[in-house]
Amino acid sequence: MFETLVQAIAQGVLLGGYYAIIAAGLSLMFGVVRFINLAHGDMLVLGAMLALFAVEGMGWPVWLAVLTVLPVMAALGWLAQGLMFERALQGGALLPILVTLGLGAALQNAMFGLFGSNTRSLGAHIGALSWSGWTLPGGITLGKLPVLVFVTAVGVLGLLHLMMTRTRLGRAIRATASDPEAAELCGIDARRVHRAAAAIAAALAALGGVFLAMRAQVTPYAGPAQLIFAFEAVVIGGVGSLWGTLIGGIVLGLAQTLGGAIAPQLSLLAGHLVLLAALAWRILRDEAAARGGWRALTLRGGETR
Amino acid sequence: MQMTDPRPLLSGQGLSKTYGKLRAVDGVDIAVQPGEALGIVGPNGAGKTTLFGALAGAFPVSAGVIRLDGAPITTLPAHRRCALGIARTHQVPRPFLGMTVFENVQVAARAGGGLDDRASVARAAQILGATGLGDVANRPAGALGLLDRKRLEVARALATNPRILLLDEIGGGLTEAELEVLIALILDLKAQGMTVIWIEHILHALLKVIDRLICMAEGRVLAEGAPRAVMADAAVRAAYLGSDPE
Repeated sequence: MFETLVQAIAQGVLLGGYYAIIAAGLSLMFGVVRFINLAHGDMLVLGAMLALFAVEGMGWPVWLAVLTVLPVMAALGWLAQGLMFERALQGGALLPILVTLGLGAALQNAMFGLFGSNTRSLGAHIGALSWSGWTLPGGITLGKLPVLVFVTAVGVLGLLHLMMTRTRLGRAIRATASDPEAAELCGIDARRVHRAAAAIAAALAALGGVFLAMRAQVTPYAGPAQLIFAFEAVVIGGVGSLWGTLIGGIVLGLAQTLGGAIAPQLSLLAGHLVLLAALAWRILRDEAAARGGWRALTLRGGETR
Repeated sequence: MQMTDPRPLLSGQGLSKTYGKLRAVDGVDIAVQPGEALGIVGPNGAGKTTLFGALAGAFPVSAGVIRLDGAPITTLPAHRRCALGIARTHQVPRPFLGMTVFENVQVAARAGGGLDDRASVARAAQILGATGLGDVANRPAGALGLLDRKRLEVARALATNPRILLLDEIGGGLTEAELEVLIALILDLKAQGMTVIWIEHILHALLKVIDRLICMAEGRVLAEGAPRAVMADAAVRAAYLGSDPE
């Protein structure tokens, strides 16, 4: 029983790495561009499909497919921002939602037309990585692929953090996220910065898609479910915070694996419940802050310090 | 008189900005000579800040031509105008929250000033010292008080290495002592040859600095000329002070 619990916790934490990757792009788009991309999950699946096509259709090695798909998806993200998202943003609050909802549907059907509706996976092309693992003392096993995904997630978030704090683009992104108009007055091309952020977000989606195709199977319609997971990780971890997406991802992963350990069909529900709990906690906290903080609540009528 | 003037550094001819039926700026002609300090006064809603937005490129104008050093810049985006030498501060300071004071200035020196990383760091440090922000350089910009936020607006604008500085009510909300500090800073910049257009309600501060004054009302230029003469103008007194002289 105890081992099952530890095993579930270990798996949940590692799963959180995957969620952090897919949430980071969504969070970046929202934090920097103030844009909610409902097609994020479908762009993720597109990245997976392109990698699958390169491997199965053209016989490329997986590493080459991944290294090619990431910049290709970054370029598509740049174009999507420049051609579509940018204009949608100028059309009010509703238009970005409609545009990306439509883009997502178009992507799903385009992928269905091009690649068919069969479930496909990269699992068969990565050899022992897909199933082998390390056994720790106490009988806990860690899959090599989940560990790879988690380590990649931490590495990617670390690199993004370094980029944000140390590089010209990173500072321009932070300045633009804070105030695009003031950034323009400082000589920053805010639209270019937005495109760069969209490119990074699309590459992150593709990275998530590749990992999804390695550890599971994908269909052209797999995107919306991944979008929901990404949203949940962003909301739990705090909107606009890079490391928050890792925390949110881990919390979501833990909820799912622990829920699944109780009963397999509880896995997703447990994740959704944690999201609701996080939202409720935030609302209560804000209400408390509006009344003067938790202390004011608990010490109501009592002594003041 | 205009004939003998040298070519203006920045000029707007027939500038208009309409929002629906509202004519926020309505056919304004404005020109500032190199090294000149031009003041703008006018009641709230006169279109002063909108005029700055038009000059700095915050939005496209509805009509008119803007020239910098004789070359039209009417359709250039704000970041291009910044690179060409137009800098602007905001009435309500708009620091980049979540970045330090130093980062706020360095990012402007890097992008707007066109300096590389090393040079922009040195330039930011120098400007922070000159604007009295050296001691708070590593604080988050959001933690600053009003005077320091106003200083940061000026510092960030200066970091872009401007030829002309558009100051929007930089004195508002400050104590007399704080105001003196800012006036000294602006006079110092002017002495170094900086061209300035300054929107300000605090007349005595403005009069210590400016060479020439424009009074705007309802989107138009009401009077223009020597500061004392403009303030004595009957139409100006009626519109701006809301009363006739005496």
